[in-house]
Order: sequence, then structure tokens, then C-alpha cells
Amino acid sequence: MPIDILMPALSPTMEEGTLSKWLKKEGDAVSSGDVIAEIETDKATMEVESIDEGTIGKIFVAEGTENVKVNARIAVILEDGESADAMSEAGSATASVEKTAEQPEEEQIQASAPVAAQAAEPEAPSDPEVPAGTPMVSTTVREALRDAMAEEMRRDGDVFVMGEEVAEYQGAYKITQGLLQEFGADRVIDTPITEHGFAGLGVGAAMAGLRPIVEFMTFNFAMQAIDHIINSAAKTLYMSGGQMGAPIVFRGPNGAAARVGAQHSQDYAAWYSNVPGLKVVMPYSAADAKGLLKAAIRDPNPIIFLENEILYGQSFDVPDVEDLVLPIGKARIARAGSDVTIVSFGIGMTYALKAAEELSAMGVEAEVVDLRTIRPMDVDTIIKSVKKTGRCVAVEEGFPQSGVGSEIVAQLMEKAFDFLDAPVLRICGKDVPMPYAANLEKLALPNVGEVIDAVKAVTYTD
Amino acid sequence: MAAAKQSTTRAKTSAARASGSRGAATSTSRKTRSKSTKPAVAEFTKDQELKAFRDMLLIRRFEEKAGQLYGMGLIGGFCHLYIGQEAVVIGMQMAIDEGDQVITGYRDHGHMLACGMDPKGVMAELTGRIGGYSRGKGGSMHMFSKEKNFYGGHGIVAGQVSLGTGLAFSNHYRKNDRVTLTYFGDGAANQGQVYESLNMAELWKLPCIYIIENNRYAMGTSVARSSSQPDFYRRGESFGVPGKQVDGMDVRSVKALGDEAVTWCRAGKGPMILEMLTYRYRGHSMSDPAKYRSKEEVQKMRDEQDPIEQVRKRLLEKDWAKEDELKEIDKEVRSIVAESAEFAQANPEPDASELWTDIYR
Repeated sequence: MPIDILMPALSPTMEEGTLSKWLKKEGDAVSSGDVIAEIETDKATMEVESIDEGTIGKIFVAEGTENVKVNARIAVILEDGESADAMSEAGSATASVEKTAEQPEEEQIQASAPVAAQAAEPEAPSDPEVPAGTPMVSTTVREALRDAMAEEMRRDGDVFVMGEEVAEYQGAYKITQGLLQEFGADRVIDTPITEHGFAGLGVGAAMAGLRPIVEFMTFNFAMQAIDHIINSAAKTLYMSGGQMGAPIVFRGPNGAAARVGAQHSQDYAAWYSNVPGLKVVMPYSAADAKGLLKAAIRDPNPIIFLENEILYGQSFDVPDVEDLVLPIGKARIARAGSDVTIVSFGIGMTYALKAAEELSAMGVEAEVVDLRTIRPMDVDTIIKSVKKTGRCVAVEEGFPQSGVGSEIVAQLMEKAFDFLDAPVLRICGKDVPMPYAANLEKLALPNVGEVIDAVKAVTYTD
Repeated sequence: MAAAKQSTTRAKTSAARASGSRGAATSTSRKTRSKSTKPAVAEFTKDQELKAFRDMLLIRRFEEKAGQLYGMGLIGGFCHLYIGQEAVVIGMQMAIDEGDQVITGYRDHGHMLACGMDPKGVMAELTGRIGGYSRGKGGSMHMFSKEKNFYGGHGIVAGQVSLGTGLAFSNHYRKNDRVTLTYFGDGAANQGQVYESLNMAELWKLPCIYIIENNRYAMGTSVARSSSQPDFYRRGESFGVPGKQVDGMDVRSVKALGDEAVTWCRAGKGPMILEMLTYRYRGHSMSDPAKYRSKEEVQKMRDEQDPIEQVRKRLLEKDWAKEDELKEIDKEVRSIVAESAEFAQANPEPDASELWTDIYR
């Protein structure tokens, strides 16, 4: 039986990639484990191995072809005596996908969400900081973050980045791509896998006046370092009577990726936002990612900068300006509306914007507030919107109890009770550790339907 | 609370061991440079002896006064006294230069005085007054002086080890020749982050001197009951960090070893561990009755090895000072301490508005 070689996926939800190179040609004998081709995405390059022995019968996709769909047949292996003519024209779509030789952990955990709603068409950021008419450049969040760090490192020699795989590997998620080449190993520093130690080292360097950017491969791993983030970074300025602080940025992906289970999927926005002394930034768009990361690096306080792996690959318009620095602590009206206020941040914005779009078709105009910063929270902007709409739904992927939504509810109760026409509702991740099974994971995360239902409930519409 | 913190430290011991063994997997064939030595003691000059005597005495008298004020209810919370260990910080301070950095844990009053911080500011912090180094907002365990290059004062056992490694990193980054003294105790030496820090410090050749003040007790747990490898100077072997042990009750020995370590670090050779065999006379904190050791053990140390008595004896024997001259020094030190205590009681508490300052810059 001829064996189909299919385009493999580098991650559970990769949809297509580039077949960059064939290492075998038609007629070559191959054994199981031989590398026969290389494929790549914007994040990584992988080798394709033969899964059986035989002869390469036919190559269907030429090297250099882009946008090859996952599971597309790229070649066929013939066993002894078989001829290329004999093989079936229709490659089995159910054939098992090639497994690449080795998947380092970070490859396994990088994925786009099967469950997250596709972002609504990203709107040009109507940020008061960005003058109307500013030319825009389509940029991924990944590139925006990298550009922000590179620009700040060019500007200030005290800024350096350290973390696991940030240098030679070019970043587990390729956020630090190219930085080692531009700034050298003194300023782009690969650390051992010792989060507690290197976070403390970073805080010590910040106390001495340097400007560290500490990358956590994910914020789940920052749990090992949380003592230094809170006890050493957040509290020192106060405990020293203002003498000594820690100008440091802790950044990295936060929250659920896809199918990585409970220990790699937690959203820590609420946790860090509980701590005075920290600022917590969680951007959604590439423009905010860039402008807020630059602001975070310049800020003299310790900053928790929460990114999202699923957003890394998404493109947004970024203002083409010399030095895009956005204010920390300011929310943004991502979509104007008059019937209900939806407050969200980070990846929660994908649900909020999509729901707003669908609601609009139903005649309900939602105003969507992108918090962008969780601490200090721009409560004024929320209240201003709620005064207009009288209704509010808070959307986040984090757990419900003591979540960011809970804080929004409390703030509105205390400061805008008389303006509310309905109880404020929260849409959150479910109150369970993140399950692995695809269907359960989908159930555990918020979805657009839940947001729409909540809006219907607070607007008393069917 | 203090008890709870300490038991956490003990619970983490096995984790530290595991972390250590992971490091061992990458150890090189380099022969160990750790040594327990009794080097020929470098004799002090008259001026050095007199300085060591006065500086140690200041710490001793200051701590006695702090204990007194604590007993009067003027100092709150935790108060960990340094009495008995004075030779460690004074010897090390004599080995470094202006601009070198110091960081330690919660038993920190001695380190601050050794760094040249004003006793009034330290005492006023202990009493929670606005004139304290942290404007009354830090307390005994959390004081800092950027001016004197003292980076705290840290209340989490071993937290200062990673932070101190970061201070050393900053010197390495800036390519200056400053060194960082990172002090911690035999209790902290079992924490996992110590080994994470030693690994990075050796890997990147950071100019950090790790000073393990082995006073034999992690709160109430003796070294024998907490540490599978009680030779703390050997704790860097897995990473190739050289370590040496010294009599931490003899200020001359401390200074001599400090000189060696400072030279090593300034030459860009990376970190070094110095284990100081020392002893605290008082309990772990003011609320510790110290039932885990005998009165005789404490008395024996006081009688035979007291760091200040050693210097006093030498000064008299060599006729470098007369009894009444030393009394005069004591009197001067007592007056400085009394002045600090008066200031610490007369100085007002922070204004209520201080509650909301220094959270962000």
C-alpha cells in the first residue's frame, strides 16, 4: 500500500505552513525516521520524517510552496514492487498526520485557540494619543512586542531582556526574534530554567538601577517566581520609604493557549491586580501591545505585562509613528454604542467585539471598553460609559471568584449604582481547572454566545 | 508567625536538595576549590583593632538598647538581634570599599550600622517613626540606604540571595569593579533559590560574595537537624563556586578571608562562598526563649569566643590601649546609642498621609 505523507501541524491548531525544502527527491529510498522535508511557519521550522520505509514515489507539493494546508498530501512512499502509477489519486484524508521528531515543550504549548472567537475585524485604534490620519502599518502582536523592546533597548542602554530561550532560540514564541543579533549576549540573556532565581536576580538588578525585562515562557511558570514579584518588586518602594524601587517589566504569555491543560492555562490578571505596588497591563491589539510595552519599560515601577499566545499571530493596524508610547492606566473605547457596556481586556476582547458585532445585527448597540490596564484600573471610563448605557457585562477568561469582573461589579455598585438599570453580569472562564479534552476546554472558556446571552439579560431583550 | 515561616523553610529543604542534584548533573570535572581553613591570622594594626573594637561595640550596645526598647513595647513586631555575630559584618566591611554593595536578611541592624547608616535613623525605624530610614513604613526587617549602598533588610528567608546576585549582575553589566556582599544564614542556605543563584553567578562570573553566617540555629532548628551537608562552604561545589570557612568570631580572620574574596571577585573570577562560624547570643527573635540550647552553651561562647572581648584583650595585651581608654570608647558609643534611642522615642510617628505615599513612583 502506498503511504501518503501529509503536511504536518507544528501545533494543534496550525492550519497551514510553508514547505520550505525537500531533502529527498522522487525515487530516493527512505527509512523510518529519515528527514525528508522541512516545513515552517512564522513561529518555527520543523523537519518532516518518514514514517515508514520505501521509496519516494511522487512529490505533490514543490519546495517553496506557501500556505500548504495541514493534512494535505505532500508526497507518497511506495513499498517494494509498487509503482507510482498504482497509487490512488485521492490521498486518504484520515491518514495519520506525520509526527515531527521532537516537539520541545514550547512548541507543544503554542497554538491558536480552537475555541476563541475569531477577532472581529480589528479596528484602527481610536486612541486619543494617536492623531487622526496617522498612517497605519499592519503588524502582528508578536512583531509589535519585539519592536517595542528593540526600540527601547536602542534608546536606553540600561534596558536588557532575560529569560528562558530569549536569545539563541530567538524566543520560545519568537517574541525576542532578532534581539540577540542586534544587541548581543550581554543584553539578551538566556537563563537557566530557574524562574525563582532569575526573577529575583532581575529585581536585584532593577534595585541597582538597571531596567530589566524578564520574560516568562508563560506566566504559569511565574508562580515559581511570585515571591520576588510581590515581596521583592512590588513592596520595596513602600518598605524603603520611597528610597528604592524596582523598575522592571515581567512579561510573557498568560492565560489559556489551546489544549495544554490546567497547569499551562491560567489567567493571572486578577492575581497580580490584587497587589498594590504593581501595575498590570494586558493589551489586546498590536498597537496597544507596542505602545504599552514601551511605556512599561520606561515606567519606574514593577509592571506585569500579560500577553496572550493566541493573539501573538494576529495582525492589527499599528500607527506608523516614531515613538508610540501609550498611557498605562487608560482604557480605550474600542467600539461606541449606547445600549450596553461590555468591559473586557486582552483576549477577552475577541469575545466582546464579536458579540458586539452580532448584537448590532440584532439591533443592540454595545459599547466595548478595552481596559488595557487592569491596575490601576480606569474605572472612570467604565462609569462614564455605564452612565450612558445603564447596563454592563464584564468579560474575561480568568476564574470568576475574585476576578477582574468581580472588581468591575464592585466598583459599579459603589460608584454608579444609581445609573444601573440591571445587575452587572460577569462572563468568565468556568470555575474549574482547565481540562484537556477539546470539548471540555471549549466549555471551560467563555464564548460569544454567553456574552450575547448576558447582554440580552441585562437589556431585557429576548 | 515567625514559627510558621521557619517551618516553611525546613519543608523546602528537600526541594533545595533536589535542585542541587540537578545542578550536579552539569558539574564539570573541575576540582573542588572549597576549603575549610584555619589560615594564619593576619594581625591587625593598632588602628584596625581600635576601629574594629569601636564598630563592634556600637552594634553590641545598639542591639542591647533595641532589646530594651522592645521590652518596653516601643519596638513592635519582629526584632532579631545581632549580638554575638558582630565580627562578621565588621570584618567584611573592613575588606570592601566605598561603592561596594551590601544586602542581607532580617537580622540586619548590625549590617546597617557597619555600612555607616545613622543609628538614629535605624532606631527610629525600629520604633516606627517618620525619621526612620523607611519613614516608619519598613520596620526592623525592611530598611535600605541607597546612599550607603545598603540594599536591605529582607524578610523572606533567602530572598536576598537572588536579589544580591542581581546587584552583582548590575556591576557585571556595567563593567565596573564593584562587588556585592550577600549575607544569609545557615537556615536560608537550604532554600532552593540559593542554588539557582549560585548557578547563575558562576555561569556568568558575577562578582558576588555569598557570606553564610552560620550561627548554628535556623530559628530553633540546629544545623544538625536541618542540613544534610552541614559544611556550608561546600554548598557551591556542584556549580564550581569556591567556598571557604572561617572563624567568624575573630574579626581578623573574617577580614583576611574577606580580602581574599574581594580580590577574587574584582579580578572577574566569579562568586565565592564564605562560611562564617558564628553564634548569636540572643534568641532568634525577641519572642524566642531559646529552649533548644543550653544556657551553658551560650555562656561558654560568651566567655571564650566573644568577638569584642578578643579585640579588647589584644588591645590591652599589646598595650595599644589602656582600660580607661577602652571605657572611654564604650562611653562614647553608649552616648551615640542613647541619643538614637531618645530620637527614636521623641520623633513623631508618620503622618496619616504617609499611608498613601511611596506605593508608586
